[in-house]
Amino acid sequence: MIQAEAKNVNFYYGDFHALKDISMTFEPSSVTALIGPSGCGKSTFLRLFNRMNELIGNTRLEGLVTVDGKNIYDKDVQVDEIRKRIGMVFQKPNPFPKSIFENVAYGLRVNGINKKSILDEVVESSLKKAALWEEVKDNLKKSAMALSGGQQQRLCIARALAVEPHLLLMDEPASALDPISTAKVEDLIFELKKQYTIIIVTHNLQQAGRISDYTGFFYLGSLIEHDKTQKMFLNPADERTQSYITGRFG
Amino acid sequence: MKRFRRLFEKFIEGILLSSSTITSLTVILIVLFLFREGLGIFNRSPLEHNFIIAVSKQNPVQDLSSDQLKAIFNQDITNWSQVGGKNDSIILFTVNDITNYFTEEELGASLEYLPQKLNEFIVSHPGALMHISDKNLPSDFQGHTIHVKNISVKDFLFGKQWYPTSEPIPSFGIWPMIIGTFLVTLGALLIALPLGLATALFLAEVADIRLRNIVKPLVELLAGIPSVVYGFFGLIVIVPMVQSTFKLDVGETVLAGSLVLGIMALPTIVTIAEDALRTTPRSLKEASLALGATRWQTLRRVTIPYAKSGISAAIILGIGRAIGETMAVLMVTGNASNVPHSFLVPARTLPATIAAELGEAPYGGLHFKALFALGIVLFLFTIMINLTVAYVRNKERK
Ligand SMILES: Nc1ncnc2c1ncn2[C@@H]1O[C@H](COP(=O)(O)OP(=O)(O)OP(=O)(O)O)[C@@H](O)[C@H]1O
Ligand SMILES: [Mg+2]
Repeated sequence: MIQAEAKNVNFYYGDFHALKDISMTFEPSSVTALIGPSGCGKSTFLRLFNRMNELIGNTRLEGLVTVDGKNIYDKDVQVDEIRKRIGMVFQKPNPFPKSIFENVAYGLRVNGINKKSILDEVVESSLKKAALWEEVKDNLKKSAMALSGGQQQRLCIARALAVEPHLLLMDEPASALDPISTAKVEDLIFELKKQYTIIIVTHNLQQAGRISDYTGFFYLGSLIEHDKTQKMFLNPADERTQSYITGRFG
Repeated sequence: MKRFRRLFEKFIEGILLSSSTITSLTVILIVLFLFREGLGIFNRSPLEHNFIIAVSKQNPVQDLSSDQLKAIFNQDITNWSQVGGKNDSIILFTVNDITNYFTEEELGASLEYLPQKLNEFIVSHPGALMHISDKNLPSDFQGHTIHVKNISVKDFLFGKQWYPTSEPIPSFGIWPMIIGTFLVTLGALLIALPLGLATALFLAEVADIRLRNIVKPLVELLAGIPSVVYGFFGLIVIVPMVQSTFKLDVGETVLAGSLVLGIMALPTIVTIAEDALRTTPRSLKEASLALGATRWQTLRRVTIPYAKSGISAAIILGIGRAIGETMAVLMVTGNASNVPHSFLVPARTLPATIAAELGEAPYGGLHFKALFALGIVLFLFTIMINLTVAYVRNKERK
């Protein structure tokens, strides 16, 4: 079974050919790490799956992107409906300048769910899943801006989980965090993969090795290699992967 | 070399310090001047300098209010009993009337007998009320002066009459102008706010970048057009339009003023609100969209709340522009001095009154001082607005 798929995808920023004929599949309840040198197109690729690239003018997409077997770029698809099923966590924690509670409840509220009992329940369970509940349960009314960077990032994860996405997109979610917070987020990803399909962009190869089942190596807009993480790290097929992993460039 | 450089730096420092001192002093001096001139109208007799109201010694009336005096001079009050005196009709007398009672020979070739004749007059006419200069009074004057109630702040602010040059008692009630200013500004805001905010939203959120890069500078250009041009435009286009649309006798109305001012306030509102909307971090908007919020939900729940204080500042500065504007309004509101009771009647505003009348008010006179007092009121209004902006901005920073 396949949760998400990109098929012969080409993507252009104006004339710039950012993604070159990429095909990749993602299995349910798996973690796939996207690695590669800066500017190789990892974020661009990731953002295809919730149509975030559309926010940038003058871009063009060729090929097929499907989630749950449905082409998410079909004409009859409502983009906000699609995004409700696909969570995203960004590189820099970006909580809303609202309370902790309202941050997590946001996705429900924009769905028209305002019933207190439901919100209470979802906020609690999401914060628990994001391993933040114990730290904030007495201060749900506190502004999210008053949390530490690591807490903010876990809050953003909780916020994404609250709408029960099928697919979780994470763009370097731990790169702005200290080692302890990073470890917490990694543990969390490990937990989450039981329920969610996760695609995660990371610059940290140890991290990719620790948390992912599959790894895709991007280079200059192309997908060079995509395989089981263990295989990729121990015995890569392509020599560019080899040199990247051993730190010879990037 | 090093010494020289240090000296040079000291020198520059000195220049900066003295420049800022001069600037601050100038501002303070202007404000002091404004207050000194303007406050001069209060707590003094409403009669022009040297003039007095005098009556016969036998007349028991000691003081009169300006309103009573006006009524007497308008002949609405003709008997002393109406103002607490004896039952005797009032004989109005100003110095020009002297020839009705005495011949030129009796007064003397250079009016040298005038003081004496005034005395004779007051003795022979116990019901007289004289409005005269105290320079003409004899030292043994047989009448007594009436104390006229001083101009109070309350009468000034809430008085409904503005007849700054009427004789002998001018009226300095600015209530019609306060209401006029308020109505014109309110109307301008009702027009400019929805339009301005919608334009700002459109430019910041909907328009693609190329369109925005054309429209925004155009809007900003509007701010640079001199206000007489707006006034002229208003006079030629808006006034006739208002007149024919509402089938009025005159088109110079509050509404015309509001329309012109609204157009003038637009650039301020659009520019500042658009800038504020742009300060909302892209990452927050993306976070909202990624959670499945629609564009409008994102706008309402994230972008606008984030830009709220900036938007408020835009609104308040828009008001500020409208309140202080003179020329354009002067040209299109008709300058009637009644309290306006709707948008479709002529009115006058504080700044327009100052602009229109300062040229003809004799320096140092009551009228002149009254116009400065108008200036103080306007100044306090704008100070209030600026303080509100500062407060809102401050809250934003927190
Ligand atoms: N909005 C944009 N407009 C034009 N070009 C862009 C835009 N965003 C990204 N690019 C270009 O597309 C290429 C891929 O960018 P992308 O952000 O996907 O790289 P990345 O692999 O995520 O890099 P990093 O590891 O630094 O985050 C880069 O060359 C970048 O310059
Ligand atoms: Mg990136």
